Amino acid sequence: MADYEVHEHDVLVVGAGGAGLRAAIEASASGVSVGLVCKSLLGKAHTVMAEGGIAAALANVDAEDGWQTHFRDTMNGGKMLNNWRMAQLHAQEAPDRVRELEQWGAVFDRTREGKILQRAFGGHTWKRLCHVGDRTGLEMIRTLQDRGVHQGIDVYMECAVTRLLKDGQRIAGAFGYFREDGRYVVFKAKAVVLATGGVGRMFPVTSNSWEYTADGHALALRAGADLIDMEFVQFHPTGMVWPPGVRGLLVTEGVRGEGGILRNSAGERFMFKYLPEATRKDYAETEDEAKRWVDAAIAGQKTDARRPPELSTRDNVARSIYLEVKAGRGTPHGGVFLDISYQDAERVKRKLPSMYHQFKELADVDITRQPMEVGPTMHYIMGGVRVDADTGESRVPGLFGAGEVTGGMHGANRLGGNSLSDLIVFGRRAGLGAANYVKALNARPQCSDDEIKAAVEEMEAPFKRTDGKNPYELQRKLHEIMSTYVGIFREEKDLKTGIARLEELTDEVRHAAITGSKTYNPGWHMCHDLTNMMLAAQAIAQSALSRKESRGAHSRLDYPDTDPHLGKVNTSIYLEGGEVKLKQTPLPEMPEELKQLFVKKEATRNA
Amino acid sequence: MPEAIMKVFRGISREAGEFKTYKVPVEEGMVVLDAIHYIQGFLDPELSVRWNCKAAKCGSCSAEVNGYPSLMCKTRMDRFPEGQEITVEPLKTFPLVKDLVTDVSWNYEVNKKIPPFTPKPDADWTFMQEDIERVQEFRKCIECFLCQDVCHVLRDHDRKDVFAGPRFFVRMAGLEMHPLDALNRAEFLKDHAGLGFCNITKCCTEVCPEEIHITDNAIIPLKERVVDEFYDPVLMFFKKIFGKS
Amino acid sequence: MNKVEIAVAPEKLGATARNDNWWVEPALVATGFTIFIVYATWRGLFEPQYFEWGPYLSPFYSPRILLDWWHWSPAILVLWVPAGFRATCYYYRKAYYRAYFLDPPACAVGHLGGDKYCGETTFPFVLQNLHRYFFYLAVAVLAFLWYDAIRAFDFHGQFGVGVGSLIFLANVVFLSFYTFGCHAYRHLVGGKLDCFSCSARTKTRFKIWSVVTKLNEHHMLWAWVSLFSVGFADLYVRLLAGHVITDIRLF
Repeated sequence: MADYEVHEHDVLVVGAGGAGLRAAIEASASGVSVGLVCKSLLGKAHTVMAEGGIAAALANVDAEDGWQTHFRDTMNGGKMLNNWRMAQLHAQEAPDRVRELEQWGAVFDRTREGKILQRAFGGHTWKRLCHVGDRTGLEMIRTLQDRGVHQGIDVYMECAVTRLLKDGQRIAGAFGYFREDGRYVVFKAKAVVLATGGVGRMFPVTSNSWEYTADGHALALRAGADLIDMEFVQFHPTGMVWPPGVRGLLVTEGVRGEGGILRNSAGERFMFKYLPEATRKDYAETEDEAKRWVDAAIAGQKTDARRPPELSTRDNVARSIYLEVKAGRGTPHGGVFLDISYQDAERVKRKLPSMYHQFKELADVDITRQPMEVGPTMHYIMGGVRVDADTGESRVPGLFGAGEVTGGMHGANRLGGNSLSDLIVFGRRAGLGAANYVKALNARPQCSDDEIKAAVEEMEAPFKRTDGKNPYELQRKLHEIMSTYVGIFREEKDLKTGIARLEELTDEVRHAAITGSKTYNPGWHMCHDLTNMMLAAQAIAQSALSRKESRGAHSRLDYPDTDPHLGKVNTSIYLEGGEVKLKQTPLPEMPEELKQLFVKKEATRNA
Repeated sequence: MPEAIMKVFRGISREAGEFKTYKVPVEEGMVVLDAIHYIQGFLDPELSVRWNCKAAKCGSCSAEVNGYPSLMCKTRMDRFPEGQEITVEPLKTFPLVKDLVTDVSWNYEVNKKIPPFTPKPDADWTFMQEDIERVQEFRKCIECFLCQDVCHVLRDHDRKDVFAGPRFFVRMAGLEMHPLDALNRAEFLKDHAGLGFCNITKCCTEVCPEEIHITDNAIIPLKERVVDEFYDPVLMFFKKIFGKS
Repeated sequence: MNKVEIAVAPEKLGATARNDNWWVEPALVATGFTIFIVYATWRGLFEPQYFEWGPYLSPFYSPRILLDWWHWSPAILVLWVPAGFRATCYYYRKAYYRAYFLDPPACAVGHLGGDKYCGETTFPFVLQNLHRYFFYLAVAVLAFLWYDAIRAFDFHGQFGVGVGSLIFLANVVFLSFYTFGCHAYRHLVGGKLDCFSCSARTKTRFKIWSVVTKLNEHHMLWAWVSLFSVGFADLYVRLLAGHVITDIRLF
């Protein structure tokens, strides 16, 4: 058997984005030994790409805001399918977590009174997003990174975990390899926190970085945990559509938050006509009213004008753009126009510097003078590992999760800005949960040699196959399947074809082969990433097939309406004998006092 | 479709490595990293490259394109005349891992030694935008380490033993100028980070993809703060007499 | 800092994979500086007779310092101030470390010299840290130059404008832009503060700092423009005093 090195920790955190770092900091602060594994270099995780801001009801700009409103917005955005307890904790704790970031050195944009400035975002009733221009994620990750390295956390960079090790039912550690030289590593750990992020790399047009290969989803499934809500895949309405090399790259919602206007090729401001009945009265009725709202927002004044229609929820805006393009009213490169150029150029550059540079450098477009071309891009998965809201523990003892890899918090659709706050609220809770779990353990669980041996063999296999497939080619096939059959609008026959083709592809992936050495061999890494993505792709497709309604980000052409009965269940995915299985489980019911927050707010049509 | 000729460094050591030439079809708006991905996907799956976001936000895909330290995801192919060979090499200043990947872990070791953000105990966390505008510029840094690569103190003189490099002067400038930070890092800058080794030749500023004015706004102001503490005889005299100003 | 494996093979001067004309900039800078230094040395040292014409006093000779025991050109008593100010200036340091010392000649291009590099940590370059004192002195000299520039409009007690008056005015304006865009001044006036908004005093300093910062952003430009203008103002006086040309009175 090949050699491997061994490291021992109380808590192993897999993933060093916002959630992983926050979990590691919390666990370490509570006195247990922490190892932090990241697939890239520290500080490069996908969190750096988050732009718009952190949603937290600090009420610095709009004094009316409070956790109840944030909670209600989150639940409404998630079409009431959220885990109410998670949404509640999130709304209640986000402000403290943001203040804490500031006390650790984060430097947010300021209000005139010297407090943290907040901006408007889709689906949020009040101006709620704490931000640093349009690079809020970078600020968060750098702050946490610097906090973490001074706290004595051991960081294993460019290391991928391929298997969780168990002692009976309990987590006993993890197995992985270092990308740099392919050496294997066993982490003996009493608890593992998964914070591996999302699944975007299975889609061809995505805003996600390469790391998003569903690692945590697959690790959890294989270890015996279940995934919920996997049918809910968020397409961000505004990704770049041109040039081809950056197709899908995110254009922050902040552009719309700052007053960006969406128009089709005929010059029509089409979002007015797509506003759902249930929330129509929260949005401006005329262009003039929308403009007054923007002017007041820029001047930092109060206004009775309502927000522009572009600030509708993400699922709605994404579908609207998709329909406009499909109806032949798209731009030359197949998107719609997003225009901020009517505003003062210097202000645009100050508030949206990354966007300015991104378009200037990559597309030769000066956004202070020309409109951008944008279209939907796969952005986020609401579904993920089912965990306990308070502790982040999955149904596998010792396995915890936080961030995008978990499900429940965002329900059927996530609001912009709720992700970064999710990371720090539940990152902290999972770190604390894992530390407490470890402290209550009597003995260290043992990793079995058989499991380690199997893990090594799994990794060695692609080198030994002689008739195998090129992993890059397989990834292209996966892209094709997902975008054709499991895209933004879904239908039973498409999904069934998709599932059948995924099964064929899964078989091919089992025969993926690679040549060369283990030294930084990206093809080899991809062989394993593909097996993870195949599992998650199956989970998405099967969950989508089973939910016979349209709700939030899940839009069925054959079931365009929302079904109240399905609003009371989660779709749960688990493995049984290596097969992906599905069942519906009841949604936890909200206590009465929280229900009171929603009186007379029932929507029947999907919006 | 027009083709580009890519000369890419391949190998696990600088001595034994060599340039391999690939022909890559060029699309409109393509960047060097797209060309590298094309090579990986269609011509040579073993080619090693470090990348993450492809959006110039993470700072992973640093390399030397035609000898100039660049982010590959930001370097457009149409910058080069058609038919001209485009060479892509790993960063020179750091040990090679393989092909375009270098071992940049030294930077993370340096970072650990920097005295961390230490807020004043009585801080009420109110401060104005004008107080932090300087700091926010520094915090745009994406840690691509191109400045570290190009800095001749590290690149040519290999003074990693005494010199922290531009990236970390940027970090320390952000801490020093934070309105609520209580520490004074002048001594650390002078004696442990080797600020004096910088001869302000500004290459760090030239290569910075985030357009941070590293030299003018971070390094020189830090040098002046060190002067206040250690070189200005009048200020030092007053400090001796009246204590800390 | 940790000692790590030496990643960089020592390279020869000019070694690079860059294929652009990286050598143009250092070559131009070296040429420009050399011409100015030769000219200023010649004018300052060997032509003390041509320092004044009408209301125009050559900036190389201002302020006029007349000492009985000084037998050399009086320019020497003055020129060390602007020379020292510019020699320790952060922009000029960059320019001459690149163009003269070739350390490095351009970015990602092999340097000159061995591995004894100490940067600005040892003598003589450690003295660069006294730049602010040259700034103080340069401001004093600048005050005299402003006096001269105003005097350049005074033709025997009558207000008048000659071409020389305008050259003098432009020169002193450029010199001010250069001098007050100084990095050391920027630090002293406000850059050293951590909090700009904390008191009325710091708010005022912030305002000055902001103006200085604007000038500082173009420090290189003002360094070159003022270098040229001061040389040109002197040359103009030299040509007038040597009766090569005549000053044109505009009114």
